[in-house]
Amino acid sequence: MSKIGNAIHEIHYIDTLATRDQWVNSIHPLVKFVLTVGYIMTVVSFPKYDVPGLAGMIVYPLAVFLLSELSFWDSLKRLRLVLPLVCLVGILNPFFDRQAVTVAGIRMSAGVLSMLTLIMKGVFSVLASYLLIATTSVEKLCYAFRLLHIPRAMVTQFMLTYRYITVLLAEVNRITQAYALRAPDQKGIHFRVWGSLAGQLLLRSMDRAEDVYESMLLRGYRGDYGYMRERIAFRRQDAAYLAFWAGIFVLFRCFPVILLIGDLAGKIAA
Amino acid sequence: MHMADALVTPAVAGTMYVCSAAAAAYSIRKVRLDTDTRKVPVMGIMGAFVFAAQMINFTIPGTGSSGHLCGGMLLSALLGPCAGFLTMIGVLLIQCLLFADGGLLALGCNVWNMAFYGCFIGTLLIWKPIMKNGMTRAKIILASILGCVLTLQLGAFSVTLETMASGITELPFAAFAATMQPIHLAIGFVEGLITAAVLVFVHEARPELLYGASGEEQKKNRLSFRKTLALLAAAAALTGGCLSLAASSLPDGLEWSIERITGSPELESAGGIYQTAGSIQEFTSLLPDYAFKGSDSALGTAFSGIAGCLIVVAVCVGACCLFKFFRKKRSA
Repeated sequence: MSKIGNAIHEIHYIDTLATRDQWVNSIHPLVKFVLTVGYIMTVVSFPKYDVPGLAGMIVYPLAVFLLSELSFWDSLKRLRLVLPLVCLVGILNPFFDRQAVTVAGIRMSAGVLSMLTLIMKGVFSVLASYLLIATTSVEKLCYAFRLLHIPRAMVTQFMLTYRYITVLLAEVNRITQAYALRAPDQKGIHFRVWGSLAGQLLLRSMDRAEDVYESMLLRGYRGDYGYMRERIAFRRQDAAYLAFWAGIFVLFRCFPVILLIGDLAGKIAA
Repeated sequence: MHMADALVTPAVAGTMYVCSAAAAAYSIRKVRLDTDTRKVPVMGIMGAFVFAAQMINFTIPGTGSSGHLCGGMLLSALLGPCAGFLTMIGVLLIQCLLFADGGLLALGCNVWNMAFYGCFIGTLLIWKPIMKNGMTRAKIILASILGCVLTLQLGAFSVTLETMASGITELPFAAFAATMQPIHLAIGFVEGLITAAVLVFVHEARPELLYGASGEEQKKNRLSFRKTLALLAAAAALTGGCLSLAASSLPDGLEWSIERITGSPELESAGGIYQTAGSIQEFTSLLPDYAFKGSDSALGTAFSGIAGCLIVVAVCVGACCLFKFFRKKRSA
């Protein structure tokens, strides 16, 4: 499948995942959004040599993957953009930071540790974002944005962009396929037609925007857009979910839980 | 150039969120979206256009590689700096959420690095002055290339600053900047050429669509050169000031440079500012003396780490399975 075809497929796939009848999907969108941001903040706030502490933070993505019955392997594909960049930044750490530090009782190269934590932070934060979008539809996310008082115009524009991406991607796919058929064995678009190819698409998109605006007016649009048909109630289980995970994040961030549990297990075994 | 969450600390990310939010608030006020309802659908669809058009590979003559369209510069040349900036925020948010291209926490940084420079600097300091006495094909090409090169250079430099301020990489500042800037110089030039090609086409087909083509639009969104500079100075002061507070852990790169100059990795510091910064750092660090103490032997503690990790994972999996089992039983 082409790059554009892949992108269209990915958007439809995520739409399907977000509308599944799963317990995690039914959690209030604002709770999931706040928890995702809180989780990422907690993860990136770990010191650069604290591998055991950071390892404990796997509990959140692990639990949400299990509860929402999502495929872990599908989510790994999303790392293809982040990992190369993170590795590029982190790969030189072992060469520049040669001091030895003691972590979990073992003396190790500080550079290797900081590279490890960097990769872990990158992976965990991407997984958390994926879990948010795979369990929350864009409409619900927009609803949460409005609850956070993000201006209505920005949220509506975000949603319209999202909705029209697949339409325009399909159009780009048709254009590039037609071009490829007429210009076989040619990688990409020749520089002589750069302007006319993308320019035609641009002019058509501008005209489409006018049509969309007129259609919206006919359907009663006056600057306000209903993201959800009805208000999403904030239930007790939403509060409990939020409190539980917030507590876990604080616990894992403030105390070396992993080492404490390991110590305890060692003593019991002895 | 999309930054991942792992490359920033919460302090740097928060600072950049504040800067980007300030620019967004200014843009919303300027564009008057609440009164002109037409603009929102146009911005929405133009955002989708940029997203889709960035998927097209434009072959670079004489090389085996391809380039992409520069979103910020193109949007501002069509919608104006403020509407273009708001549209770019939507595009970046979708790229981050749906395609993991850039992080949710690093969104403030990405908006600043790509949308702010591309839309405000590119349009107000380059596009508008060049188009002042009329729009021609040559001026469009010049403005597009200059705009893309300059804004990408600024964006790449900001990425370097933000990463260094976060203390993520051990790479010295000069080496990091020397890697980032030349790469983005080439990318900026190619993106500028592609953007110029599209804008020249629009100028020939529908010139009224371009920003600044009619004097009326220019008057409506007028932001003087002096005001622009004042805005930039304020933003620079805010960014610099806040980042300097957040940069407490950074400076392996700087230390490296200092060591080369003075022979010692640290300079002696004394005085009120140093003490204040020190007390802020002490206050903001959650666990300043966080260390894994109390282990009898190195091997024992390593065992504790591995065993603890395995136990936590097992408990987590077990608890989730139990939770699902009881939920299914209850619903049955």
